Amino acid sequence: MQSILPLTLEDIEIRRNGKRLLGPVSWVLDGAGISILMGPNGSGKTTFLRAMHGIERISGGRIRWAAQAPEVQQAQAFVFQAPIMMRRTVRDSIAYPLRLRGVSRAQARSAAEEWAARVGLGAALARPAMVLSGGEKQKLALARALVTAPQLLFLDEPCANLDGRATHDIEHILQDACKAGTRVVMSTHDIGQARRLADDVLFLHDGRLLETAPKDQFFTRPATPEGAAFLKGDLLL
Amino acid sequence: MIRVIGICALLMAWAAPSVQAETLRMAVTTSFANSGLSDILLPAIRADTGLEVQLLVVGTGQALRLAAAGDVDAVLAHARAAEDQLVADGHATHRREIMYNDFVLIGPADDPAEIAQADTAAGALARIAGAAQPFVSRGDNSGTHVQELALWQAAGIEPQGRWYRATGSGMGAALNFAVATGGYILSDRATWLSFGNKGDLAILFSGDAALFNQYAYLPVNPDRHPHVNAAAAHRLEGWLTSDRARDLIDGFTIAGTQLFTFNATGD
Amino acid sequence: MAAKLAVSLDGELVEITIRSLQVTITATLIAALIGLPLGAWLAVSRFPARRYIIALLNALMGLPPVVVGLIVYILLSRAGPFGVLGLLFTPTAMVIAQVIIITPLIASIAHQAMRELWADYRDLLISLNATRMQRIATLVWDGRRTLLTAKLAGFGRGIGEVGAIMIVGGNIDNATRVLTTAIALETGKGDFALALALGFILIGLAVAVNLGIHMLSRTEQGSLW
Repeated sequence: MQSILPLTLEDIEIRRNGKRLLGPVSWVLDGAGISILMGPNGSGKTTFLRAMHGIERISGGRIRWAAQAPEVQQAQAFVFQAPIMMRRTVRDSIAYPLRLRGVSRAQARSAAEEWAARVGLGAALARPAMVLSGGEKQKLALARALVTAPQLLFLDEPCANLDGRATHDIEHILQDACKAGTRVVMSTHDIGQARRLADDVLFLHDGRLLETAPKDQFFTRPATPEGAAFLKGDLLL
Repeated sequence: MIRVIGICALLMAWAAPSVQAETLRMAVTTSFANSGLSDILLPAIRADTGLEVQLLVVGTGQALRLAAAGDVDAVLAHARAAEDQLVADGHATHRREIMYNDFVLIGPADDPAEIAQADTAAGALARIAGAAQPFVSRGDNSGTHVQELALWQAAGIEPQGRWYRATGSGMGAALNFAVATGGYILSDRATWLSFGNKGDLAILFSGDAALFNQYAYLPVNPDRHPHVNAAAAHRLEGWLTSDRARDLIDGFTIAGTQLFTFNATGD
Repeated sequence: MAAKLAVSLDGELVEITIRSLQVTITATLIAALIGLPLGAWLAVSRFPARRYIIALLNALMGLPPVVVGLIVYILLSRAGPFGVLGLLFTPTAMVIAQVIIITPLIASIAHQAMRELWADYRDLLISLNATRMQRIATLVWDGRRTLLTAKLAGFGRGIGEVGAIMIVGGNIDNATRVLTTAIALETGKGDFALALALGFILIGLAVAVNLGIHMLSRTEQGSLW
C-alpha cells in the first residue's frame, strides 16, 4: 500500500456555536516516530487529534493526505481516552476491524489471538470486553487499533487513570508498533510519559499550536513563555 | 441471518393449512354453530361426502357480505329479505330452505313487564316498551336483529330510550349482557337452550308464528366468483336436503327438546 | 374444570395452542426481521424525515388490532386487490395481520435500545469507517440480548391479540382457531369456565415463553458474558 503521509494541515479551524475550539493550525505530519501532543486541559488536544483523524468536522482550512480517501481511512486508527468496549468477547473485539474489512472469520480470529497475546490478553480471549479492568480495556483498544497494521495511529491520553504497571506495558506496545513502522501521534498531560516516548513535541495552548520541536529542545529550551510555564507546572490561565 | 430466514420459511410451511380433504367454506349464523348442531352435522358430512366444511361463524349480515365478496363458497342464513337480495344481485345462484327453529323472548323469571300474558310477540314487545323495562338488542344487523326490528314494526313502536340497549354484538355476548343487567332479549331457541350462563333469565314468551325462523342455504354464484368451489357447494346442498340430514337435524335435542325442524323439499 | 378440559378438549386444545404459537412466533420472527434493522437504522441515521418516522412508529404502536384486521381483510378479500391469492381465512392471513401489528412495536423498542448503544459505539464505528449496513448489523448483533425484550414484547402483543385474527382468520375450527378466538367463542356460548381455563393456558403460555427465553439467554450469558 502506498504511504498516506505526509498529512498537511493548512490553517484548519474548528468552531462550535460561535466559539473557537481550535486553530488556525498549520502543520505537516511526516516521517517516523512518536509525536506527543501536550498542553493544559482544554487546550484543544482531543479536538486536534479528532480533526486529523477525520471524525471532527473542520470549520475552515484544508486537510491534505498523500493518498485517496478509502486508503487514507483504512490506513489509520484511533484509540480513545475512555476506551469504547463492544458487547463482545476480547477475541471478537480485536477481530472486529478485520471483519469490517471483509477478512474471513477464521483469519480475523487468529490475528486477534496473536494480538491479544502481544498485548498481554492471551488468557482473556473468551472474556467479555465489558468486564476487563481499566488497563486491560486500554490494551484491548490498542490491540484492536493495531490489528489492521495502520500506517498512522492516534491516541488520546491512553494512560489517563492507569496505574504504573499498565502504563509501562502500553508504552512498550507503542514503542514496538513504532519500530514496526507505525507513525504515532498521541496526546498526554503526563510530562514524564512525554519525556520517555516522544521524538518530537507539539505544544498546544488555547487552541493554538504554539511550539513544534524535537523532544530535547522543547524540554530544555521551550520557545514560548507558556511552554516554559507549563513545564514548570504553573497553571496557565 | 440465513438460519433465521430458514426458520421463518419452516414456520410458514408449518402454519399453512394441511390439504387433505376437499374443503368448503361456509358462512353460518351463530345460532347454527353455538347450538351444537354443527358438531353433529359436520362429522357426518365429512363421512358421507368427504367434504371438510370450514365454518365461519358470524352474524347473518356479515355472512351475506362474505358471500357477496366471494370469500366463502356458501352461506347458511336466516334473514329472508336479505337472502333474496343476494340472489337478485347475482351473488348466489339460488336460495334453498333447509330447516327452521323459532325465536323466543327471554327475560327475568319474575317478568316485571308481564309479557308471558301477551297474545302476540308484538304485544309482548309493546308491554316491555310500556313498562320501560330494559331490552337488549343485538344491534348488529344479524338475522336475529332483523327479526327483532320487524317485530317492533309490527307493534308500531320505534324503540328508543334508556331502556333500549343496542349492544352491537353476537348472540352469546348479547345474552351475557342481558343476564348481567336483568334485561329482556330476543334469542333463537337453540342458542338459548345450549347457553351456559342463563342466570335468572327464562323463556317467557314463544309460539307465535311471527317468531318462525327459517334457515336457508345459498351457494355462491361461480359465474360471479369463478374461484368458488361450486361442485362441492352442490354436493353439500344435496346432503343438507337428504333424508340423512333430516334424521340428524330432527333428532338433535338439548335437554330433551327438539331445536330444529327439517323442512327442505325435493328438487 | 381441569377434568373437563382433559376429557373434552385434549387433542383440540393441543392443536389450537400449537396454532397460536405457530402464528405468533412466525409473525414475531418476520416482524423482528423488519423491525430490528429498522430501529437500528433510525438510531444510526440522521436525515430530516427521521423524526417524523419515529413519531409515526410510536403512533403505529398503538394501532388498534381491529382496524388492522379490517384493512387486511379488505385487502385479502376476493373482492380486494390481493383476493386472487386466496389468503383470507388462512393462518397466513393471521400472520400478515400480526406482523403489521407487531412490527412498529418491535422497531420502536429496538430504536430506543439501539440509540443508547449507538451513543456508546458511535465514535468507534465512525473511526473504523464502518458502512451504514455494517453499523446496523453491529448494533443488532451486539444488542441482541437487549433486543430480546423487543421481540418478547412483540410476541406478548401477538399471542394475546384477538381483534385482528378473528376478522382475517375467521376462527374456523381445525383451521384458524387459536386460543384467543376460542376464548371469545366460549365466552359467546356462555361457557365462562372453559373460557377462563383457556385464558389461564394463554397466560401460562406467555409466561412460559418469557421465562424459557430468559433462562436460555441467561445460560448463554454464563458461558459468553
